[in-house]
Amino acid sequence: MTTNTTKNQKAATDGGGDVRLAGIGKTYGSFTAVHPLDLTVPEGSFFALLGASGCGKTTTLRMIAGLEEPSSGTVHLGDQDVTALPPYKRPVNTVFQSYALFPHLDIYENVAFGLRRRGIKSVKKQVGEMLDLVQLGEQARKKPHQLSGGQQQRVAVARALINHPKVLLLDEPLGALDLKLRRQMQLELKRIQTEVGITFVHVTHDQEEAMTMADQVAVMNAGRVEQLGAPADLYENPRTTFVANFLGTSNLIEAEVDTRGGEDVVVKAAGDKLVLPGARCSAPAKAGGKVLVGVRPEKISLTHADDAGSIPEGRNRITGTISNTSFIGVSTQYVVDCAACPEFEVYAQNIDRDPRLAPGAEVVLHWNPAHTFGLDAAQDIDAGVAEGEAA
Amino acid sequence: MAFVTSFKNWFKRNLVVIAGLLTLAYLLLPNVIVTVFSFNKPNGRFNYEWQQFSTDAWKDPCGVAGLCGSLSLSLQIALWATLGATALGTAIAFALVRYRFRARGAINSLIFLPMAMPEVVMAASLLTLFLNMGAQLGFWTILIAHIMFCLSFVVTAVKARVMSMDPRLEQAAQDLYAGPFQTFVRVTLPIAAPGIAAGALLAFALSFDDFIITNFNAGSTVTFPMFVWGSAQRGTPVQINVIGTAMFVIAVLFVLASMVIGNRRNRRKA
Amino acid sequence: MSTLTEAPPPLTPAAPEQKPPRIRGRWTPYWLLLPGILWLVVFFAAPMVYQASTSVQTGSLEEGYKVTWHFATYWDAVSEYWPQFLRSVAYAASATVLCLLLGYPLAYLIAFRAGRWRNLIMILVIAPFFTSFLIRTLAWKTILADGGPVVGALNTLHVLDVTSWLGWTSGDRVLATPLAVVCGLTYNFLPFMILPLYTSLERIDGRLHEAAGDLYAKPSTVFRKVTFPLSMPGVVSGTLLTFIPATGDYVNASLLGSADTGMIGNVIQSQFLRVLDYPTAAALSFVLMAAILAMVTFYIRKSGTEDLV
Repeated sequence: MTTNTTKNQKAATDGGGDVRLAGIGKTYGSFTAVHPLDLTVPEGSFFALLGASGCGKTTTLRMIAGLEEPSSGTVHLGDQDVTALPPYKRPVNTVFQSYALFPHLDIYENVAFGLRRRGIKSVKKQVGEMLDLVQLGEQARKKPHQLSGGQQQRVAVARALINHPKVLLLDEPLGALDLKLRRQMQLELKRIQTEVGITFVHVTHDQEEAMTMADQVAVMNAGRVEQLGAPADLYENPRTTFVANFLGTSNLIEAEVDTRGGEDVVVKAAGDKLVLPGARCSAPAKAGGKVLVGVRPEKISLTHADDAGSIPEGRNRITGTISNTSFIGVSTQYVVDCAACPEFEVYAQNIDRDPRLAPGAEVVLHWNPAHTFGLDAAQDIDAGVAEGEAA
Repeated sequence: MAFVTSFKNWFKRNLVVIAGLLTLAYLLLPNVIVTVFSFNKPNGRFNYEWQQFSTDAWKDPCGVAGLCGSLSLSLQIALWATLGATALGTAIAFALVRYRFRARGAINSLIFLPMAMPEVVMAASLLTLFLNMGAQLGFWTILIAHIMFCLSFVVTAVKARVMSMDPRLEQAAQDLYAGPFQTFVRVTLPIAAPGIAAGALLAFALSFDDFIITNFNAGSTVTFPMFVWGSAQRGTPVQINVIGTAMFVIAVLFVLASMVIGNRRNRRKA
Repeated sequence: MSTLTEAPPPLTPAAPEQKPPRIRGRWTPYWLLLPGILWLVVFFAAPMVYQASTSVQTGSLEEGYKVTWHFATYWDAVSEYWPQFLRSVAYAASATVLCLLLGYPLAYLIAFRAGRWRNLIMILVIAPFFTSFLIRTLAWKTILADGGPVVGALNTLHVLDVTSWLGWTSGDRVLATPLAVVCGLTYNFLPFMILPLYTSLERIDGRLHEAAGDLYAKPSTVFRKVTFPLSMPGVVSGTLLTFIPATGDYVNASLLGSADTGMIGNVIQSQFLRVLDYPTAAALSFVLMAAILAMVTFYIRKSGTEDLV
């Protein structure tokens, strides 16, 4: 893989290769697909645009590719303003949704297409190397429809990468594959990105895919970027209810701020007192103000009410009744009916299963206050729930 | 009894197959007659009754004055009409599918109407135009008429193909450094080719076999269908059947060959 | 944590934004349309106008024609040739019904029952097109010849007695009777019925038949309630493709019929090419066009498939 390393170095010496979107927006008539947004994708990073269908992520991608003209704002690749350039003059390549491989050309010619259009005569060596990189050397003379979905996907990647674009754009590249193949391709794409060191911008509606592959994720909703950050950061510290619900599951409880002292905020929810770190509360926490308190289901421990005495001090606790359980194998999911929240979800690892934890049992839910986050109560508490389920 | 019941059941189950095959026989019977009578040696001028076996006509297909001349004229007209209608029709089809423009509805009806108009009406009205213009009836008026009525069929065939084309293919080409012209030549055209070919084939068949419009606008020029028409009044030479049989056989062989090639290609791929 | 990783794959991927590629040059569509549309305007639309104007002209070949708004031509033409008009509609309608009755089983056979024979049968349906239709129509003269096997069989079965009584045939003859003309029309336009029928039948998901059967429908009920309704687009376009050309046809009436089976096409043809009475011919042609457009519009409205065109 020496060639890739040299390429990597070359790209690095080209000077700033960041993708910078400044105030870029798109409207169709009276419909705003993308509200003017600013976004910088650092050179060499694996960047994901995550959101439900229709949130504007694909439109944003197509504006970077030049396939869509922005209604406002500019696109910069490094120092170059490419806003006015047509797609065939941009040093950017795209892996299209459902691949868009040319059905009348074989794999070899599909991969060679971009090189030939730029007037490069001897393409044999490059195409061979590229097909080897995606492990399709044997299939060079087949037509696209003779390949499996995963193979087609790799051809689409090879066809784009062979041009050494400054940025590779991937539009739902794994959407058409089945679950197992998707896993495999996620690792494969990550491997290729690490090897070639090109900036990848990846559009997906699959939060798991975005979190596994990307260094940075921008969560989009209704034409706006809701939150930007590293996957773990987004998951642990969602700043909006949409992000909290769309990325995984969150239990959100409406609460009233009781006191704010030192590092911690104390809130009251349906009689229970809960503590959360002030640093993790993105809402203005004034005494008497409303706030949404959130906690992820896997952070919670479940103890039968009879054993409540054994729960250590200093943990947030809520009591309730189990209304439903489902056994998933590695874990068991409980739905607990509490005064503060009628459908409190808890995921417990199946280490030692307590047979008393059945529907109807009285339980105490408890968790480390440090795992609690606070959100602005002015938002829709259910934002992102439906979208998260659809994805 | 059991046999009768089981036969009745078989008959009921396969009724549609039997009826379908009878229709097929009805469709093919005239071709059989045409073929058989190409080996006839008729008494008199008309070739409607079987007399005796002979291969005379096959040995001398051009033996009747004017027959092969009319055939070659028909082939020429069909060729030029196909070229003209395919070029004009393909352009219209692309415009209709790929662009937004004014008067779309009017243009769609202008393309649909020739297909919904009895030939005799188009034939008669075109003749009034030519008479009013004082045009010399002949090769050119026939060609003009043929391009006119083949055009709509080409548009329909090409439109169907272009509509089913994934627009992302063209975007992919643009993304891979192909300018608009390169995109059209390298991607759009090859993918639309089957539709264009289907339209061209249809145009050729329609033009070659057209009688009514040609009859009105040909003047004293005689195409092959007009030759057949004339001979139906004066006397039908056996050579007509020879040409008809040969055309049928060539067409079937052509289609079979393309199917065999297609099959082999598919098998090799699989 | 496990639910996170076990999210099922989406059933439908996010809807792609299907828009035509960005096109530079807003005049391009007009340049593409211009030659073809101009051709149709000059050689299809303009002639219709010319024809309309010719129909209200008077004069003679020698002295030339002038527009005199002589609408009486229409009255004279229709009152003289209404039998041919009626015959055209009656023959074309009969042929259309026959085409539907004959064509449906064959289209059904190709779509659902042909298996590996499908392509071969398709070829056999289309291949006759490549032999001039005039030659094939002439072959019917042989098939229906007086004293031939077909006529003989019909005579023995006393079918001809019935058809003679109905006025479809006369005596021992089939040739030169309405039956022969309708038979020829049916034969000539049958493929135009079969192909659209096949296209719409082929689109029907075979599992619908199984589902209907599973829901207690007898085969005949499956056909009435599922297959036939779903093939309606094919039925409508097939009947139009058969009826319209059959109404204006004069080849079958000339070759297989007699003076008593003349259709309106025969009249227009002879007025134009032999009698050279252009105003009458133009008026007849105009009336035929109007009548067909009216009937077709009414039919399309009635059958509720306006999106067909």
